[in-house]
Amino acid sequence: MSPTESATPDYWHKVVDCQWACPAHTPVPEYIRLIAAGRYADAYMVNWHSNVFPGVLGRTCDRPCEPACRRGRVEEQPVAICRLKRVAADNKGEIAERLPKAGAKNGKRVALVGAGPASLTVARDLLPLGYHVTIFDGDPKAGGFMRTQIPKFRLPEAVLDEEVGFITRLEPELKLGRRIDSLKALLAEDFDAVFVGSGAPRGRGLDVPGREEAAANIHIGIDWLASVSFGHTTSIGKRVLVLGGGNTAMDCCRTARRLGGEDVRVVVRSGFEEMKASPWEKEDAAHEGIPIHNFLVPKAVTHEGGRLTGMVFEKVRAEYTNGKRALVPAGEPDVHMACDDILVAIGQENAFPWIEGDCGVEFDRWAMPKVDETTFQSTNPKVFFGGDAAFGPKNIIWAVAHGHGAAVSIDRFLSGADIAERPPVAMAMTSQKMGIHEWSYDNDINAALRHKVPHLENAIALKDIRAEVELGYDAKLGYAEARRCLNCDVQTVFAPKLCIECDACVDICPMDCITFTADGPEQDLRTRLTAPAVNLEQDLYVSPALKTGRIMAKDEDVCLHCGLCAERCPTGAWDMQKTLIEIPQAGASCQNR
Amino acid sequence: MSYLAKPKFRHKGLEQNALGFTHRDYEGAISTLCAGCGHDSISAALIQACFELDIEPHRVAKLSGIGCSSKTPDYLLGQSHGFNSVHGRMPSVLTGANLANRELIYLGISGDGDSASIGIGQFVHAVRRGVNMMYVCENNGVYGLTKGQFSATADTGSKSKAGGINADSPIDLVSLALIAGATFVARSFSGDKTQLVPLLKAGIAHKGAAVIDVVSPCIAFNNHAGSTKSFDFVRAHNEAVNRLDFLEGREAIKLDQAPGTVEDVVQHDGSVIRLHKIRDDYDPRDRVKAMDYLQQRHAAGEMVTGLLYLDPEPRDLHAGLNTVKAPLNRLDERALCPGAAALTALNDEYRAG
Repeated sequence: MSPTESATPDYWHKVVDCQWACPAHTPVPEYIRLIAAGRYADAYMVNWHSNVFPGVLGRTCDRPCEPACRRGRVEEQPVAICRLKRVAADNKGEIAERLPKAGAKNGKRVALVGAGPASLTVARDLLPLGYHVTIFDGDPKAGGFMRTQIPKFRLPEAVLDEEVGFITRLEPELKLGRRIDSLKALLAEDFDAVFVGSGAPRGRGLDVPGREEAAANIHIGIDWLASVSFGHTTSIGKRVLVLGGGNTAMDCCRTARRLGGEDVRVVVRSGFEEMKASPWEKEDAAHEGIPIHNFLVPKAVTHEGGRLTGMVFEKVRAEYTNGKRALVPAGEPDVHMACDDILVAIGQENAFPWIEGDCGVEFDRWAMPKVDETTFQSTNPKVFFGGDAAFGPKNIIWAVAHGHGAAVSIDRFLSGADIAERPPVAMAMTSQKMGIHEWSYDNDINAALRHKVPHLENAIALKDIRAEVELGYDAKLGYAEARRCLNCDVQTVFAPKLCIECDACVDICPMDCITFTADGPEQDLRTRLTAPAVNLEQDLYVSPALKTGRIMAKDEDVCLHCGLCAERCPTGAWDMQKTLIEIPQAGASCQNR
Repeated sequence: MSYLAKPKFRHKGLEQNALGFTHRDYEGAISTLCAGCGHDSISAALIQACFELDIEPHRVAKLSGIGCSSKTPDYLLGQSHGFNSVHGRMPSVLTGANLANRELIYLGISGDGDSASIGIGQFVHAVRRGVNMMYVCENNGVYGLTKGQFSATADTGSKSKAGGINADSPIDLVSLALIAGATFVARSFSGDKTQLVPLLKAGIAHKGAAVIDVVSPCIAFNNHAGSTKSFDFVRAHNEAVNRLDFLEGREAIKLDQAPGTVEDVVQHDGSVIRLHKIRDDYDPRDRVKAMDYLQQRHAAGEMVTGLLYLDPEPRDLHAGLNTVKAPLNRLDERALCPGAAALTALNDEYRAG
């Protein structure tokens, strides 16, 4: 196969699985090393630069990085990346000095609709550049669904306030309590660009017989959570059914447990395994004594004298044809569950009743705005979308990534540059060699298994809706967990001209990653390596022909980045080099010069 | 050398042998030799050979003398028996161990200093007695531990790292082994595991004195231009007479190959050495011709590698001495101390004459 184009940032970036998987491409190993070194503020700033809400994300992120983590392929479990982020946030101390300042005004005005994570990211990126940014939100406080839908026992208000504050101190014009009800009117105001980050605000309703009659005790999950968040709702019946299997359902049931729900059950249509909720959220619900009943499809609401009495479910089973799942009746008697309240958390929808048909923003046949996936521009060049408003419900980290991308577009758009042309990804590679067998990173692979995050006892946690359940790692546990990181950004870089083919690297490699063999097509090469290279998502690092005519092929899949190949190499043909990948953000570096 | 222990993590897709072990279960401590040392490759080849032969590590005894090579038993087969003996005295210790327990597999691991200088007498005697062992000489032509003086196997005219030219004649351990009566003689190169591993497997399985001379470049002191034991020189002058596969059991013998190029040699225990002949006229069963051929090619400046001599019906020290079949450590008190009557009978035998 052709030799690896190892000079491209993407090749090396892909090796850093966590960073590659993170929508905002946070340099994960870099901040984990800083945590291990006790440099929490530095670790926090690395995060803040990429993902804007480290304290929030360190508690609530959907963690796309963790399933990608190489450690999970080497042993059983990935590094607890998300909770390490929280360690940095919890211990950072005072960092205000290190935050950017608002730039001298450049006279350009940008309106942001919604004060959630996407809009706040756009604001953070544009304010230091001198843009005048106006943020509109119907809620009285900024934060969007991070504030209204994530329960306080998972995300204390102080954490959110602090990180929202890091942005509002850059002095955007805040128009809170003002819901935008006409894009046309907004466009008529004096804005050079509009960013829509209004989320997916409509909870899907349930359409079954009896729903109208018992409406008083049937609540839409996200609206109910918002009502709890703002203190309008403070209690719920003793018996609660939560319908739905996503993270909102998990938040609903755990919140219900804290507002007086004693018999709280989650009921899902699908099987337990296929639920959309993150595994750890299901675990947390189970830990609080909440059972999850699966394969039950809501059939009817039962009521008496206008009062909810329960719900009837049809039992189903999963049937697979050509890999597609269908839920078919199990042929068993229906199940009735008595309850006092029902929380419906079966999905969210986008809703743009406030965008008029004639303001140049076109919608597709699913009633979603037509948005470019790279530039986030709509069919009206002045209007950009991001977060859940752009492509439907995702997570905070996606909203942040969209916000960065949209800010780059808006900055280029308002500077007269072509927004389709994206600024290049920057990469720095630095050798980590300090001495013959000394590296400036910890290459002594730690064998510890994933450390559990301590939790508050149920007896205390369930009494106080504001008591944070997860206590987080303390410094000692954080250090221990940080040491599990394999430092995948410290890359094995091969210099074919220096290689004498002595086999020392092949012999020492603990994971049998390296092979010297005859060249061939990739498919064939993968079968001829010291250990089979079966993970096709992971690249082979291939050299040009060496002196004997053979090539060096390294399977990146389970490389421990222990550096032993480089330690045992007599000629320095292997070196351990740290790659720092820099995803460009709005600002001078993203302009064409 | 590296200061870290090799991480315990291993590739989840590693092949397992009949015992359920992966090749990593045959490793030892991490090497303290210089980075890139040929000896480490030989250790890796030995690990691979033992893995492929499904050898139980506790059935192996590794013995060595003194020198870089003699440190290497520590870096392989961490679950085996080991004895790091006095300089050049490994063959005697090995012979003794073999006499005491004939059931173990004996690996004698030595170097050119240990075998061709201080231990040369020991070496030839262990070979001529037909001790059942595999004697591996990790041959780099220099004294690495004392900073690169020529050893007794350095070729005449080869150049040291400091620039000196060797005026002395070299000792060729392969020729010496042939003269002394080794029943399995081979030469290989640390940089060619595809050749080395099958040779080691065949050598381990051979029930007699097997000698393998492995040229192993010393990266620190003997891998420069002018050296005849460097990677570049060996690769340029390596004349392999054959390649071999070592097959256990008689089953999988027939293979479609052009006639004349493949020959199966059935060993006494039923195992098969399949020779892929590179030189058609080379017959590894003809000892005299082998010696002749080696001298000719040496004179031409080439290094002959491969299986050079094999006697499929080897003799063994124990056969010559007519020792008991059981290892001595398994003889019980009755067998070891047959009593006064037996002693009297024995004494009477001598008196009778």
